[in-house]
Amino acid sequence: MSRLPVPLILGAVLSSVFLAMALLSFVWTPHNVEQLVIANRLQPASADFLLGTDQFGRDLLSMLMVGARVSLAVALVAVGIGVVIGVPLGLAAAATRGSLLDELIMRGNDLIFAFPSLVIAILITAVFGPSAFNAILAIGIFNIPVFARVARGGALSLWTLDYILAARVAGKGKTRISAEHILPNIANLLIVQATIQFSLGILAEAALSYVGLSVQPPTPSWGRMLSDAQTMIYTHPMLAVLPGLAIVLMVLGLNLMGDGLRDMLDPRLRRVRQ
Amino acid sequence: MLRFILGRLLSLSLSLIVASLVIFTVIEVIPGDPAAFMLGLNADEATVQALRADLGLDGSRAERYLTWIAGMVQGDFGTSYTYRVPVAELVADRLWVSLPLAVLSLILSTVIAFPVGLLAAANRGRAADYGIMGGTQLGIAIPNFWFGMLLVLVFAVNLRWFSAGGFPGWEEPLLALKSLLLPSVALALPQAAILARVMRSALIETLAQDYMRTARAKGLSRRQALLRHALRNALIPVLTIIGLQFSFLLAGAIIIENVFFLPGLGRLIFQGITQRDLVVVESVTMLLVFAVIVVTFAVDIAYAVADPRLRRRA
Repeated sequence: MSRLPVPLILGAVLSSVFLAMALLSFVWTPHNVEQLVIANRLQPASADFLLGTDQFGRDLLSMLMVGARVSLAVALVAVGIGVVIGVPLGLAAAATRGSLLDELIMRGNDLIFAFPSLVIAILITAVFGPSAFNAILAIGIFNIPVFARVARGGALSLWTLDYILAARVAGKGKTRISAEHILPNIANLLIVQATIQFSLGILAEAALSYVGLSVQPPTPSWGRMLSDAQTMIYTHPMLAVLPGLAIVLMVLGLNLMGDGLRDMLDPRLRRVRQ
Repeated sequence: MLRFILGRLLSLSLSLIVASLVIFTVIEVIPGDPAAFMLGLNADEATVQALRADLGLDGSRAERYLTWIAGMVQGDFGTSYTYRVPVAELVADRLWVSLPLAVLSLILSTVIAFPVGLLAAANRGRAADYGIMGGTQLGIAIPNFWFGMLLVLVFAVNLRWFSAGGFPGWEEPLLALKSLLLPSVALALPQAAILARVMRSALIETLAQDYMRTARAKGLSRRQALLRHALRNALIPVLTIIGLQFSFLLAGAIIIENVFFLPGLGRLIFQGITQRDLVVVESVTMLLVFAVIVVTFAVDIAYAVADPRLRRRA
């Protein structure tokens, strides 16, 4: 670990920029994003509006900043749901390998995988109506089997190792072993997976808010900005280009970071790759 | 082999039953009476009752579930509350947009990904490999609907080679295909990026096997060994991803249809949601899930054909 991998640095820098933008938007944005000033509509980029304004007179840069906040928050909480529910399930499945519990958990996972996440989102919004909360739920549910599977896979190979056997002989129960010995050793795997799911979550949120199934107006989101820009594409293409670019750079940053982390945390994999 | 297929069939039907129960229960939870909704605020109780009976809403839950499933099996998906026509008709029309779109994208994505992944694996560690890997990294990060908008911007707005959206119908096969081309490219490219990466790493793993050294030792050139032995053995993970991608493509088609104003299943389902036409939502989601489960089953069988070692795991 003498030198940090280049993708990791590049990814971390990209992600930090968006994170900083999102955090800054809580205390300051160049303009108010919920105020429609028709006099300012469709302004080109200027000193006052660095990236110009949309058809409702809202400052594009401010909207991108608040959009980053929405996007990051939804994806982060969705990853949280996946980790908090999925990891214990995966650990329990691995600890009771081959039991009815293991079988039930894995079948349940298969079932969720059979629903494309968008279909889950559609079902949820059909019942509860569109909102950021339901978007989080829809993306989060899909994260559960992913983390359960990663945790189970990682844990299964650890359960065969001698030091786990030693812990059992020492009288530790399966729950304590899972928490004290298995979990810390699969943390690397989980961190890498979390980065991947985080970037997938951002893409999913963008898609959901594009079709109007996520956060509702007036709160801006990258996906909604894109659907608003669609009718303006003939005259003001930049309105459609910029939010998409934000999504791409954010996701690219997270993916590069995930790749870099994996290379750094898993030397075994590095050797296979060379 | 027969045992394997039977085992898979059993789990296939179990998944379908549980999935249908989940969808049915979710739709049941929704408050509001569709009959009252359809007739508006001023309808009198007798009319609402009559319509409820007409729509089959007056039975018990179990009865309604069984009627729904029995209907689905026979191709009767119920009657749309808003269109007042059988859902099966609505679905059939739109399926001929969504399905060709998904299939076309799948073909495009595979056709792009195979040579690209092969090229990267064959040139591992060289400039071509780094270039391709960088490109695929970018491809994965691009949301397909935004890519679709960029395609519209370039090819419809600026170059005017294509129309920006809409679908002329299959009476004009060439025009219909042309109108599906941009959407399927938009859908396919991000998927191709993923597939190319999987292809590359599967090939690289295979190239490290002993039998590849043997193939080279018996006098095959690098190229021959790659094409004749590595490619086939690397197909297993690639097949998995192609199978998974089909479900992504179906779901992705739902979104892309909105970019290109295509009258497909996606538009149908979103109309169903906004108009509270729950029969449509219920039946179309079930259909999508059915498609995904069946494709997964087909991929499992395809594995077993491609790799006899996997048959024993049933």
